[in-house]
Amino acid sequence: MKYQRELVVLRKENLNPACFLLELKSTDSLCEILPGQFVNILVKDVAERLLRRPISIHDVDYNANTISVVVQKIGLATEKLSLINESDKLDVVFPLGNSFPTEEKRPLLVGGGVGTAPLYYLAKTYYNKGIKPAVLIGARTKDQLFLIDKYKTVADVFISTEDGSVGEKGLVTANSVMNESFSAILTCGPTPMMKAVANMAQERQISCFVSLENRMACGIGACLCCVTETKSEGNVCVCTKGAVFRANEIKW
Amino acid sequence: MEDKRLNSTIGTLKLKNPLLTASGTFGFGTEYEDFLDLNSLGGFIVKGTTGEKREGNPYPRLAETPSGMINAVGLQNKGVEYFCKNIYPQIKGKNPNIIVNVSGSSIEEYCKVASMINDLETIPAIELNISCPNVKKGGMGFGVNKDMAAEVVTEVRKVYKKHLIVKLTPNVTNIIEIAQAVEKAGADSLSLINTVLAMAVDAEKQKPLISTITGGLSGPAIKPIALRCVWQVSHNVNIPVIGIGGIMNARDVVEFMLVGASAVEIGTANFVNPSVCTQVINDLSDYCDRHKLNNITELIGKI
Repeated sequence: MKYQRELVVLRKENLNPACFLLELKSTDSLCEILPGQFVNILVKDVAERLLRRPISIHDVDYNANTISVVVQKIGLATEKLSLINESDKLDVVFPLGNSFPTEEKRPLLVGGGVGTAPLYYLAKTYYNKGIKPAVLIGARTKDQLFLIDKYKTVADVFISTEDGSVGEKGLVTANSVMNESFSAILTCGPTPMMKAVANMAQERQISCFVSLENRMACGIGACLCCVTETKSEGNVCVCTKGAVFRANEIKW
Repeated sequence: MEDKRLNSTIGTLKLKNPLLTASGTFGFGTEYEDFLDLNSLGGFIVKGTTGEKREGNPYPRLAETPSGMINAVGLQNKGVEYFCKNIYPQIKGKNPNIIVNVSGSSIEEYCKVASMINDLETIPAIELNISCPNVKKGGMGFGVNKDMAAEVVTEVRKVYKKHLIVKLTPNVTNIIEIAQAVEKAGADSLSLINTVLAMAVDAEKQKPLISTITGGLSGPAIKPIALRCVWQVSHNVNIPVIGIGGIMNARDVVEFMLVGASAVEIGTANFVNPSVCTQVINDLSDYCDRHKLNNITELIGKI
């Protein structure tokens, strides 16, 4: 079941110059939300951006009935959204998409940039099942990292920065934690990073799941705009068959 | 509860209200069931169906432009046999007016699809898509030439016995001429407009934003063009016209009916707000209250 609801902005927090967090409260209780799912937010009155913005879910609090998202200011609509105030309302469609696998014995979660955001809820899901996952976070520089201490409450955190300002210097694929053994790698971030991670996983014969963020109009499988080409089914919608895919299933 | 003042007709088709949903924006209807009651709509038009399975165009297929969007999906669908066997049983009965959008690359393909849909008991109409801008062969090729448009409609008319809607493209010099040719060839009604051929460019990457370079523009940006086309056509044919193009709210529906539309299709707005039709239906009732209308059809063609 998907819902379209008015959610109230309970809290807004600037995480770094480019990203902000919104904690959105539902007056009705939330349905089950899976790690890797996303919301589709209507940002009104931006003439050049008619459509909703699909944003991955960063955290869910079933007691408070809140969904948190991390938004990166990358265009007209997200800039407008960054001006929203606490107690304002947003028209949100949720939860959309499938789920990251949540039954892995020893998962490595690899995030890049704002793609790190959904990995918190994924890590928390594992942590609540008694498995403390490894989370590897990549960024260009220290200033782009966010909420590291929060991730540390549910995961063993490893960091790579391209300039070496924190953690290991270099790309995530060069981080020493990649040499440890894992049952699966679950990743979300820029496509070149996910491709590199997927290639490493393939070489080591570890299953790998990636979360795609193709441009979409509807988010519910109607417009057929957000397709990715798969090996077994041809073009499929990222919004309904994904956003999480087995890396070796997609042609990229 | 149903507001009888909104009851409308498109020729032989009886609608609870003048709202249909446009093909390609509403999936097979079931995608929207969490957000609205499919049976509250006047009807819904399912995704374009072709003779054989089509993979559609490569990604990216979408670009956002001021007050609109450009798509180049390219009729991705699993083919008419799959539709009849797997989709139809799931959706039949969900609304009295489930309409199938029929597409093709040749007259034979259009006829094959139309005749198979003709056999489906609870599909009262097809919308013949001779106006898709996103496929290389056929599609809009038929819709931009009055002789070819007339020929495909004539042939489909021979095999299709129920209500035949023909969907027109605005990408022509004289839409009245095409509309009249299609009427003469046996169409029961016309729907217009399909998307406007358009393109979007990324100045930074210095590349087109969609894989096929050009695509079809929809949304409020095309509403003035659509109103003009509906006004021109409805005053020059004797069959009902269904208005399409950038309808976002009840006020837009009223505008289309005033220029001659008997009903409308809501398209891009479904993406923006999946429950938009419910809102529009309620607001049309309010409009009837405010303007003391006994029936919404009183508006048709006042301009």
